[in-house]
Amino acid sequence: MTTLLNALAGSWHWSVSGAMIAGTMFLLLYAGRTFGFSSNLRTMCTIAGAGKRHAFFDFDWKAQRWNLVFAAGAIIGGYLAFFVLPNPEPVEISSSTINWLASMGITAPADTGGSSSYVPPELYATNQIFTLRGLVALVGGGFLIGFGTRWAGGCTSGHAITGLSNLQLPSLIAVIGFFAGGLLMTWLFLPLILAI
Amino acid sequence: MKILYYLFLGIVFGFVMTKSEAISWYRIQEMFRFESFHMYGIIGTAVVLGGGGIALMKRFDIKTYNGNELNLKDKDWSVPRYLFGGTIFGLGWALTGACPGPLFTLLGQGIWAIGLVILSAMLGTYVYGAVRDRLPH
Repeated sequence: MTTLLNALAGSWHWSVSGAMIAGTMFLLLYAGRTFGFSSNLRTMCTIAGAGKRHAFFDFDWKAQRWNLVFAAGAIIGGYLAFFVLPNPEPVEISSSTINWLASMGITAPADTGGSSSYVPPELYATNQIFTLRGLVALVGGGFLIGFGTRWAGGCTSGHAITGLSNLQLPSLIAVIGFFAGGLLMTWLFLPLILAI
Repeated sequence: MKILYYLFLGIVFGFVMTKSEAISWYRIQEMFRFESFHMYGIIGTAVVLGGGGIALMKRFDIKTYNGNELNLKDKDWSVPRYLFGGTIFGLGWALTGACPGPLFTLLGQGIWAIGLVILSAMLGTYVYGAVRDRLPH
């Protein structure tokens, strides 16, 4: 039992994780739904009243209630995986990535007493909200996610997982875009933003 | 009961995203720098198994639990919409180290700054909804 709990708490092999994600998609399809997380952002805009101003948000959001419940579950799942069955080891990334990040002043993932080893405190510590660099990264990054996913009609779950699984050429174009943007950010813009 | 089904699936998904470390900003940087196979392994496994499963579901005409067709519509053909929208999302993905699912899962870790990212993602979606008629689709 302890061995099982330890295995559950630690970092999972990529094949197990990938299989579980595919399983999630199948179970949503079986329920007549589709695996697409970014739709929740549109639903949340509608709930906030955006439908009165723009037709794009004027839809019956109750049809998307299941997806909001799924998102709420994703929050609880994150809580359970982090607080109830925490991984005793910090996220273990390759040493070349650690060296590259160190050259920009980003510390390696480490269990720094209660704070998360999943994200760098240099960007995600709560007091970063009040720094220019933090604002650019968090507000700017969030805006790009919200605008980009809706224009592309989906995110990693909708296009990269479901769309590619369903052999959709548009999704392949979207995923090429995801990577073009990601490579541009990591290799070109991120070093500039971190230097703010 | 249906609510519990989606809640359960969401909990499993959030748990998997955490244990797979796909929610980690560090993992996303490592992926875009091609310095580990980990993230490619996760996405690759999901797509290979997902593709095989969907092909089988179509081959054997599997229906939903209540006998309807599966919700797998073909996406409308376009290039600019997917390429430009996708690139903009990719920029945000690599900057925040999170796609929309992990945004919510990280909130469960008590990383309050992610709340700001979620709010600005809503703003980004709102601005898209306001200007979408002027964008190529």
